[in-house]
Amino acid sequence: MAGAAASLAAPLPAAAAPGRGGSKKVLPGFNLTLGYTLLYLSLIVLIPLSALVFKTFTLTGAQFWDAISSPRVLASYRLTFGASFAAAVVNVVFGLLVAWVLVRYSFPGKRIVDALVDLPFALPTAVAGISLTALLAGNGWIGQYLEPLGIKLAFNPNGVVIALIFIGLPFVVRTVQPVLEDTERELEEAAMSLGATRWQTFSKVIFPSIAPALLTGFAMAFARAVGEYGSVIFIAGNMPMVSEITPLIIIGKLEQYDYAGATAVAVVMLVISFILLLVINGLQVWQRRRSGAA
Amino acid sequence: MNFKTKTFIAALALAASGLAPAQQSLLNVSYDVAREFYKDINAAFVPYYKKTTGKDVKIEQSHAGSSAQARAVADGLDADVVTMNTTTDIEFLAEKGVVAKDWAKRFPDNAAPTSSTMLFLVRNGNPKGVKDWDDLIKPGVQVVVVNPKTGGNGRYAYLAAWGYVRKKGGTDAQAQEFLTKLYKNVPVLARGGRDATTAFLQRNTGDVLVTFESEVESVNKEFGANKVDVVYPSVSIVAENPVAVVERTVAKKGTADLAKAYLNFLYSDEGQEIAAKHSIRPRSQAVLKKYPDTFKPIKLFTVQELFGSLSEAQKVHFNDGGQFDKIYTVK
Repeated sequence: MAGAAASLAAPLPAAAAPGRGGSKKVLPGFNLTLGYTLLYLSLIVLIPLSALVFKTFTLTGAQFWDAISSPRVLASYRLTFGASFAAAVVNVVFGLLVAWVLVRYSFPGKRIVDALVDLPFALPTAVAGISLTALLAGNGWIGQYLEPLGIKLAFNPNGVVIALIFIGLPFVVRTVQPVLEDTERELEEAAMSLGATRWQTFSKVIFPSIAPALLTGFAMAFARAVGEYGSVIFIAGNMPMVSEITPLIIIGKLEQYDYAGATAVAVVMLVISFILLLVINGLQVWQRRRSGAA
Repeated sequence: MNFKTKTFIAALALAASGLAPAQQSLLNVSYDVAREFYKDINAAFVPYYKKTTGKDVKIEQSHAGSSAQARAVADGLDADVVTMNTTTDIEFLAEKGVVAKDWAKRFPDNAAPTSSTMLFLVRNGNPKGVKDWDDLIKPGVQVVVVNPKTGGNGRYAYLAAWGYVRKKGGTDAQAQEFLTKLYKNVPVLARGGRDATTAFLQRNTGDVLVTFESEVESVNKEFGANKVDVVYPSVSIVAENPVAVVERTVAKKGTADLAKAYLNFLYSDEGQEIAAKHSIRPRSQAVLKKYPDTFKPIKLFTVQELFGSLSEAQKVHFNDGGQFDKIYTVK
């Protein structure tokens, strides 16, 4: 439950469509819709999350601190947030690549590839975890060639990162794709004809227009990875201090019927996730201002 | 017209006429790996109940991790009976007032109609020559166990190893040292019993799997016989599978008699036989002796003998900051 709560990060607005002044009310009915929005958000997100916070009030300050700061728990934060960050970075690079290929080229079987991208969304995460482990473990199809070389990809933090890359990929592709489709080829052609090199065209023309969407994709992939449980536990090895993810710590606390301790750790995850998402959101605003999206 | 529609219409008709339902149903909330066992129990219990009381009854099952199930029942899942694999899960329900405070005295043998013990599975032919607990701490032997933090199977493995040292005349400090060495040989801490089995057999992780005796049968069924050898250590622990009536539910549904009859059936010769067929140790000595190949004689000690109770052991060893945490955090 806590894991799910942590992944309930609200999706961030993608690049705003140009030419919509926010201050002028074009449509009536703002009050009514805002009321609905707030009610809906409260029911779905805020009330469950505040229940989580209230549950922790059964702890004294010292107990709360103990629950969230023991060495094992700290190590799990490092792994969860570190691996999620690494996975999101990898996804931004390769997700952009996939989106680029899907938008700019046509090739036989493109539709199938396009559909494949969504699979991690649809697959039960446990299935993902089991199949990744089957591939990468020492006796797996891929693992058997890598282990002798001293590359271990299962039952250690590497496995965690790989699982998180897997589940995060669609977020980046699906947020960047529509923006790429909308960027005008003429701009690129103009840049080229004015003597820009390929790199200049990418960095000065294409990248600024897709950067906000990339950031959104990054944020979503990251937030999703932080709350991920199902796929990771199969491949992590779950060794204390080394490869325990925070959601597993929460489950471990529940096994001891330590509800309050479990929610305390969940609240910490929630707060960290929320702060990181706020920062990324702020980055987007700054980026949009800088690139002058009117 | 399918069964669901039929029951729905029947329920409607009943609701309309205000009659008492013709068929009682009972929900058995149980632990993960007991699914097959209770399927057979239920198939035997329904005709037995019909014969003894003339009533038709429907038994429903729910299986997941033992503690997760206990939490679900505490939070309102309407189980008539709980059948678990660790006493702490029922203790928790007793604290919550969901089952009777003296649940352990309501049925024979600590309210545990069956038990199991911890033993080793090794690769076919036992290439590492594993015979006893001592072999698990040798360098180069990799041991797969369940994380005691997340599964009862892991807690029993830990307590069995601890008890082995104590039974040899060792002190608690020596036991702690032994366990530290043992967990140094653990490459993967599985989340639950099934995960451990999967890691050991499908991923070929490790040389030894420490698990419940009752898992042996499912391993042989799942992976074919002769993939693994079973090794009985010199001494191991009695892992009781406790059962209890959920007072809260039976008061509401009026199923107290049925629930009692169901749990008593587990103690009957027929119930004990079914347990034995599933490699779960029957309490009945007579039935136990009928299956010498399944249940090899082994020196057993109880949790009460060395740790007071499972709840005590939980506090000392497995709760946050306990002995198990020290193994991993004290460098």
